[in-house]
Amino acid sequence: MFRNSYDNDSITYSPTGRLFQVEYALEAIKQGSASVGLVSKTHAVIVALKRNAEELGSYQKKIIRIDDHLGIALAGLAPDARVLSNFMRQQAMSSRMIYNRPIPISRIASDIGDKAQRNTQIYGRRPYGVGLLVAGFDETGPHLFEFLPSGTVLEYFGAAIGARSQSARTYLERNFEQFADASLEDLILHALRALRDTLAQDKQLLAQNTSIGFVGLDTKFTLYDNDDVREWLEKLGDVGSTRGRPQPEEPEPAATEDAPIADAPPPETDTVEPIETDD
Amino acid sequence: MDHNPANWGRPRADVYGPYNAAIHNAGPMARTQQPSITGTSVIAIKYNNGVMLAADNLASYGSLARFTDQERLIKVGEETVVGLSGDVSDMQYIQNLLERLIIEDNYEQDGHHLRAPHIYEYLSRVMYNRRSKIDPLWNAILVAGKKDDGSPFLAYVDLLGVTYSAPTIATGFGAYLAIPLLRKLAANDGDEKNITQEQARAAIDECMKVLFYRDARSLDKYSVATVKTDGQVTIEKDVRCKDMSWRFAEGIRGYGNQQL
Repeated sequence: MFRNSYDNDSITYSPTGRLFQVEYALEAIKQGSASVGLVSKTHAVIVALKRNAEELGSYQKKIIRIDDHLGIALAGLAPDARVLSNFMRQQAMSSRMIYNRPIPISRIASDIGDKAQRNTQIYGRRPYGVGLLVAGFDETGPHLFEFLPSGTVLEYFGAAIGARSQSARTYLERNFEQFADASLEDLILHALRALRDTLAQDKQLLAQNTSIGFVGLDTKFTLYDNDDVREWLEKLGDVGSTRGRPQPEEPEPAATEDAPIADAPPPETDTVEPIETDD
Repeated sequence: MDHNPANWGRPRADVYGPYNAAIHNAGPMARTQQPSITGTSVIAIKYNNGVMLAADNLASYGSLARFTDQERLIKVGEETVVGLSGDVSDMQYIQNLLERLIIEDNYEQDGHHLRAPHIYEYLSRVMYNRRSKIDPLWNAILVAGKKDDGSPFLAYVDLLGVTYSAPTIATGFGAYLAIPLLRKLAANDGDEKNITQEQARAAIDECMKVLFYRDARSLDKYSVATVKTDGQVTIEKDVRCKDMSWRFAEGIRGYGNQQL
């Protein structure tokens, strides 16, 4: 994307009807490490890959509990996520206080969507630089919503945001038919496999860098970090990135005089990694 | 030159008249009202499949029976009935609040609806907040519906923000006259499982008759609302007290101790 004269503020359209500041905000999400979410008939699960700025530093928290029945996973500017999560906690508390009911997930998602939209239509404000996966359980079952700085909030069976999230999305698209009836354990393993596909070359899912959050009918929102994650990585088995590994040989088709035998793997498209920034 | 410090900063008494000490001695700003047009008791009892409420159709202006067509039981949303006693203009304001609440609740069309426990919590917050501003809504309110677990829901909130829940509740005179009669059927939590709709109705009709006999601000025409746990809500209007005996009136001479 190149700089142009229509990207100085959020309230200026380009001639082709784009709001460049909002699109740049979406770029900020792609700089953060991946978060993945999925939903079955009974549970909603979110997992995230944490980063640390330096070897001796702590890993940035990526999953935040909002209420007993709802939590979020973030990718992008973590301080913006903190502000939004505090707002969400207020909204959730307000629902319990005024109406004595846990806030419906679609409503709280609309609340932050509307909040984000304001920043795309008022002069002097900048859009939030974080994307959220909102996972929760309410009277109409488990839900997963993807929140974007544009104010768009959409519901998904499976979603992924952040760096290399397309690989996770590909895994989800290939396997989503198994999600609806999956047990909680299988759902978490699917999520971890999708997350694993976002790893850069030679990186691994570790207890320190992986977060798991889930919620269900009789399961309050639970967050696993560090030691709690270890058993899940053991269940997963292979925790390493698949990037840069030699692909398994393609099975040889019936050889004819004319058809060349395809045995060279397609070239890797993702080998040049962008500079890793903090979330 | 006035050397008396008490007069410094005040207008001169010989020019503007004596200082009005009421300004200095006034208490906090308070808008406590007196109710003007009022509704009397609302009574309610839980039974095995729901809750039944009754309230007469009288809006009194002090001792004048001013309006005899006032409906004091209102359906809120799909599955909830709210019965109100006390000031009628505050009653109408609350009705408006609840109507707007339901309209806003329906904006999203997301399958989520406010039910009795939610409406009750909302009303309780409103009532308590108004009392805390010393500007109460002068009402006593019953909210009836069903709980999240499917069992009948019945709760009370009033102008002081007092809240409680029981198998039988009544406001106004009903608290003194009707509750003992209703408690013959349902004394404790859980007794409602053994009460049929017919029994509940019979008890309600009996109580409304007693209230017409003894509450000097009541009417013999009333409405009965039935809120079932299966979601059905019916409000039967223009019910009349039946089989009353006013024969005792024949022998009355004068008022109280007056000798005629």
